[in-house]
Amino acid sequence: MTELYDAPVAARDDNAPVIDAQDIRIWYGSERGPVKAVDGVSFSLRKGEILGLVGESGCGKSTIGRGLLGLLPPGAEMDGALRFKGEDLLALPKKEMFAKRGAELGMIFQEPLTRLNPLMRISEHFEETLRTHEKSIGKEEIQRRALEVLRLMGIPPTRYRSYPHEFSGGMRQRLMIALALVLRPAFVVADEPTTALDVLVEAQIIRILHSLRSEFETSLLLITHNLGIIAEACDRVAVMYAGEIVEIGDAREVFSDPQHPYTRELLRSTISLSTTGLNFIPGAPPDLVNPPTGCHFHPRCPDAMNICATRHPVQHAMPNGTRVQCWAADLAHGRAPDLTEDDTAPLVREEISVADEA
Amino acid sequence: MSSGSGSLPRYIAQRLLLMIPMIWLIVTMVFILLRVAPGDPVTAAVGGKLNEEALDARRAALGLDRPLIVQYLDYLGDIATLDFGKTISDNRPITSIIVDNGGATLSLTIGAFAFALLMGIPLGLLAGRYRDSAGDVVIRIFGVVSYAAPIFFIGLLMQIWVAGPLGLPTSDIASPITKFQVEPVTHILLLDAIIAGDTESTVDVLKHHVLPCFTLGLLLSGVFIRLVRVNLLMTLKGDYVEAARARGIPERYVIRRHAFRNALVPVITVLGLQVALTLSGALLTESTFNWPGLGTQLIDYLTARDYAAVQGLVTFFAVVVVVVSLLVDVINAAIDPRVRY
Amino acid sequence: MLNRLLAPFRNTTGLARWILVTGIVITIAFVVMAVFAPWLAPLDFNQQKVDGVKLPKLAAPSDDYWFGTSDQFYDVFSRVIWGARTALVVVTLSVLFSVLIGVPLGLISGFVGGWTDRMLVFVMDALYAFPTLLLAIVFSFLLRDALGGGVTAAALSLTVIYIPQYFRVVRNTTVSARESTYVEAARAIGAKNSSIMGRYLFGNVIQSVPVIGTLNAADAIGTLAALGFLGFGIQPNEASEWGYDLNRALDDASSGIWWTALFPGLAIVFLITGLTLVGEGLNETVNPSLRKRRIRKVEMPPNEPTTALVEGRTR
Repeated sequence: MTELYDAPVAARDDNAPVIDAQDIRIWYGSERGPVKAVDGVSFSLRKGEILGLVGESGCGKSTIGRGLLGLLPPGAEMDGALRFKGEDLLALPKKEMFAKRGAELGMIFQEPLTRLNPLMRISEHFEETLRTHEKSIGKEEIQRRALEVLRLMGIPPTRYRSYPHEFSGGMRQRLMIALALVLRPAFVVADEPTTALDVLVEAQIIRILHSLRSEFETSLLLITHNLGIIAEACDRVAVMYAGEIVEIGDAREVFSDPQHPYTRELLRSTISLSTTGLNFIPGAPPDLVNPPTGCHFHPRCPDAMNICATRHPVQHAMPNGTRVQCWAADLAHGRAPDLTEDDTAPLVREEISVADEA
Repeated sequence: MSSGSGSLPRYIAQRLLLMIPMIWLIVTMVFILLRVAPGDPVTAAVGGKLNEEALDARRAALGLDRPLIVQYLDYLGDIATLDFGKTISDNRPITSIIVDNGGATLSLTIGAFAFALLMGIPLGLLAGRYRDSAGDVVIRIFGVVSYAAPIFFIGLLMQIWVAGPLGLPTSDIASPITKFQVEPVTHILLLDAIIAGDTESTVDVLKHHVLPCFTLGLLLSGVFIRLVRVNLLMTLKGDYVEAARARGIPERYVIRRHAFRNALVPVITVLGLQVALTLSGALLTESTFNWPGLGTQLIDYLTARDYAAVQGLVTFFAVVVVVVSLLVDVINAAIDPRVRY
Repeated sequence: MLNRLLAPFRNTTGLARWILVTGIVITIAFVVMAVFAPWLAPLDFNQQKVDGVKLPKLAAPSDDYWFGTSDQFYDVFSRVIWGARTALVVVTLSVLFSVLIGVPLGLISGFVGGWTDRMLVFVMDALYAFPTLLLAIVFSFLLRDALGGGVTAAALSLTVIYIPQYFRVVRNTTVSARESTYVEAARAIGAKNSSIMGRYLFGNVIQSVPVIGTLNAADAIGTLAALGFLGFGIQPNEASEWGYDLNRALDDASSGIWWTALFPGLAIVFLITGLTLVGEGLNETVNPSLRKRRIRKVEMPPNEPTTALVEGRTR
């Protein structure tokens, strides 16, 4: 089993993971049965590392982000092992989890426009956050620290007492980042932080997030559906499909030599200047209540074999250091020696050909 | 909604400008309904009592023998100078009715609002905070029933079962002796009694206020319960509430500081929308408790078929509704930094 | 058809369904009272004598007179039953009238736009700003000369109050629907203007009308009673009306006579509550966003990573 994961080998040294998630499952209740939004996800993050989490909308990536901070809606169940600096977060009492949030675990949301209380000044947001976690902090100290992060985010001190509606969208996202970082949390989740913003502002926010590691030594989980952002800002990348991580590894390796067909198709469907046509992955993201048998991606996969429809693939390390959950990749790199000829024959899919004719 | 475009004075000026056509339209509608439609108001009011010449003299004195368009323009001019005309049956200026009886209506409605806010806001917050609990269900049923129960029915029940045991009066704004003793200064009896330094009279007036104010307040509290509850539920789902939780702000603080406060802001707006409802309610409360306010005056003049009086009073009510709505909007703009456009 | 009628039940759960069912049960009880009043009520609504013998005045509730008798020698129980008929007839008429006037006006205003729209919105806003009771009083005061103090006059005075509400909702829906893509699409495939208006918009608008209609009906019951209480409603010789009875009860209240007030009053409260509950229930089914998603408990099977399982088999 040990070779399966990035194991916490030397737990006490500086290289120890800040966040270590093993076999995380998050299911929601629904009329039709449990929605397996996250189903057996494992990853870890070291100090100052930026992990990009990428996938189509509805694949469970936002759910992971919320689950890590204990912000799941009522009715969601979560299990697995989640360690923050060696401490089990899932076993933590509610009250202590509240104390951790903001101080050690931060969150940056997608829509900055609605995330600030419209009736509170920026200064009041900072006062509230700092007072919650450092009871005896004085007013001047609050202001000094708030202005310091605001300066790093490029917000002039004259705006400290303004109301949220007086700022533009990009500025508000910088305010949210400042608010998330004022207590210098060791781990921050950024959930699609630039989706609601225009492209110029996007680049600016990504630069800021990228610089966090040098300024704050923060570990960052950057959730996005935009591969460009991952390529620009992340050290490692995890590709999610239907509640599972199908490929995880060094960002450059994953992008230059994608092992999983889904990653490959995702990269191809990204628009760049060199592309002539527009690629897209046929079919819709799977139903998370009744995901396809075997590999969840097989109904849409161009490389699908017979085995893919019946047996779930296992995550294996590939020669380039990435970890991939795919029968085809296993076959290519000799990780699945006992597959029969029938197993590896291309999968015949009637519904797809019917769709082609139509 | 765009930020910083309008200053508060500019906003007030804009709203004032928008108010004028609205008042003009209402005044015109009242004129058509009560002056043009019914025919000759003098005959209606004092028809049987006077001979034809006397009636003509009355019409001439009231300017009713002139062409309608002249009467209309004249009427508009009068309203602009806050002159609402004269009654036909007892030749009294409407303005003096407003001065003499408006105070009673004012103290009734203010008292009712106080009751309504005191009952409605805490109950609404409680129901929203503990959604779907037994308490929530009970409070919601109370809200529906208090809104469903007609004011005069509640008033009757108060008179039958509550007034006796508590020793509270069921009619009028004060005992005759108090009315006789207190010198009218502000024409709001409660204030006048306080100004006079007359404790006995003040207590008497206060006692008379309890049941009418409570009855009218009950109706309004139902509105507030529903409103506050729904607002709280919406704010609790709000993005900034989740963001506050993500910063580790404790739940009770999130609810108190972020949800409660933001849930209460729209209450001010609705307060303005409830002016019309309050006025209708006050009319019924006054009738139930024989309260000497503008509502009873209106009913009396309606019964006397005095069109001029009804026209004047209805115009006044309509103007009050529009002006109060404007005031509430302005207050709201001053409180909530987002509202300005 | 039956499917559509039952949809509100099936689409709701828990409290919302309970609210709807309670409301419907109460409302149906009153409809039964109204329809079968001649058989349910022991006496006529304005009957003061039985076999030539006058009823007792202000008799307390007893076996003979379940709800007692009034100062006008009427049987309170019979008056309450007959009152249901008056209330429901008046309210049905007034809601019908206001729908018939308000919905077409709103459609025209929203679809034609321009000056017609602006003028109509302006007038309706002014009507809406007016205290409703005052408006109803003024109209019943005016209509009395023309139509007398009967059911029609009362229904028409209530109609005026509710027209602006239908107008607003229908107009706003029409305006947004006109802009939205599906009407554009209908134009593109060559549907005529009139058929666009008829089919697409009306179908869209018709959803919200039952909700407003029920809530207005609840409000109209209260306003009708208020008119009666103030003496501007239905005249006592025309029909039995709860508000008028409460007005009569006012004089007896100080002498501790409760039955003339309590029973007609409770009838009003119950009917309004019933109709309000139906309206609320319908509202929750029509606007699913108001509904709270029921939280289902999730049963997770023990966490045996699928990876390990398959791993064992492959090796």
